[in-house]
Amino acid sequence: MAQKREENQVSAVRRAKHGWIYTIVFSILSAAWLYPVCLVAINAFKKKAFITRDPFLLPDERSFFGFRNFVNGVEKTDFFSAAVNSVIITVGSVAVILLCTSMCAWYLTRVHDKLTAAIYTLCLFSMIVPFQMVMFPLSKLANMMRLSNPVGIILVYLGFGAGLSVFMFCGFVKSIPLEIEEAAMIDGCTPLQTFFGVVFPIMKPTTITVAILQAMWIWNDYLLPYLVLDLKKYKTIPIVIQYLKGGYGAVDWGTMMAMLVLAILPVIVFYTACQQYIIQGVVAGAVKG
Amino acid sequence: MEKSIRKYFPVFVLPTFAAFTAGFILPFLMGIGLSFCRFTTVTDAEFIGLGNYTKIISDATFVHALWFTALFTIVSVITINVLAFAIAMLLTKGIRGTNLFRTVFFMPNLIGGIVLGYIWQILLNGILENFGKTLTYSSAYGFWGLIILMNWQQIGYMMIIYIAGIQNIPDELIEAAKMDGAPAGKLLFHVTIPMVMPSITICTFLTLTNSFKLFDQNLALTAGEPSNRSQMLALNIFETFYSRSGWEGAGQAKAVVFFLIVALIAVAQNRLTRSKEVQQ
Repeated sequence: MAQKREENQVSAVRRAKHGWIYTIVFSILSAAWLYPVCLVAINAFKKKAFITRDPFLLPDERSFFGFRNFVNGVEKTDFFSAAVNSVIITVGSVAVILLCTSMCAWYLTRVHDKLTAAIYTLCLFSMIVPFQMVMFPLSKLANMMRLSNPVGIILVYLGFGAGLSVFMFCGFVKSIPLEIEEAAMIDGCTPLQTFFGVVFPIMKPTTITVAILQAMWIWNDYLLPYLVLDLKKYKTIPIVIQYLKGGYGAVDWGTMMAMLVLAILPVIVFYTACQQYIIQGVVAGAVKG
Repeated sequence: MEKSIRKYFPVFVLPTFAAFTAGFILPFLMGIGLSFCRFTTVTDAEFIGLGNYTKIISDATFVHALWFTALFTIVSVITINVLAFAIAMLLTKGIRGTNLFRTVFFMPNLIGGIVLGYIWQILLNGILENFGKTLTYSSAYGFWGLIILMNWQQIGYMMIIYIAGIQNIPDELIEAAKMDGAPAGKLLFHVTIPMVMPSITICTFLTLTNSFKLFDQNLALTAGEPSNRSQMLALNIFETFYSRSGWEGAGQAKAVVFFLIVALIAVAQNRLTRSKEVQQ
């Protein structure tokens, strides 16, 4: 695998002549890349009046506010219940999407008739339809079907996210040799046993890719939960952040910065832990998409 | 085998298909139908023909948002892809620290659009304050603010895809070109770029559609200020639905036009770049 190649292991024809110059340039560039996030973290510890006036200064005795912005923000927005909702919605949706769409994709690839061909084409088609096209009827339908809660929205995500997942799983199933499944069926396995015993384990790389792409989308999604959820009872992290902006111009930038830090922190932790999977998942997703 | 699987349709396909019908097919068909109706909720629709479509042509905010979005898409697609490709080229040369740089550049992708918008609002407004301006001073500030934000967010993602493409070029091909005395420019345009054409296809596709459909970042960075001059199409549609009473039908008509443009771009772009791909 080309991607597995360690750094500095590239062949002589590719190697840069003065590599260390690039290393210095890229080190500076990387620091600049991280700067916006650091800026937010710095300002989260300052009193709000000092944030808009001198955002670039480090906190000093006069401007330092300790963790008060965090405490105020968490109280004002009920941040932790929003975080719980975000986790339930993301984990639940991804799990349901993986299970249902992988099963669906296997059936669509193995059974050849007009109906499966039609469903597959519709899935492809749905990938180019922007959310704005369906948002108004979808939010009204979701309300009518009583899906305006963190569990109900999982079904909405399954419906709207099915296209991409089915497409990617189908692409993989086509590459699995039929003989393996046939052998299992001849040994007396039912289609369900064959799928979960044989096919699903082989699908693991695609499962990881789909999981990552969908999780990135659902965790950060603002508009769909904003329109579908009953906002008096349930909010997610992006909704809470947007709520802080509130009315006209009166933004408390202190609590805003603190809540941005709380929103970014889990993502960074998750990223450092699963970095390799995420990057490989993105590459695999792009090649098939 | 096919026969025995077929009996399991309700188990394998029905859950996904039911959700897909309720979450996509039905709202999509309703959306098309509603664009020809006057309505406030979906149950009180009344057919009015092409009225909504004639209404949106004369809506100045819509026409402005369309041009703003088109210009934004062109600029961001070019800047993101050129910069991502350049960084990918340099990060495949075995430079010390490559893995770390790659990790850092990719990081902003995982942060959601709303959060990104506020991060850049504080940073850019902090810089602009030295000149007595803000992001919402004129639409040009919002425009370039969004371009910077999108570059910061998307370069890492595209870079990852380009790196994979560049690494897949066989060493022999580069070596042969170098032996023949091809200068760096020729190597780039006659070997590297044709060989990574599949990556270029997917990256231009992703940046085109992401830029054209941009919503969260637009909402959080400028919210369309000053007076809708930095409003992109997706935000314009949203405001038409939810901030102007009596305009729901027009909002749906805008959404249909929006869908047709996105579909057209997707199909045209795919045809164009796929035709330039070489067989390996």
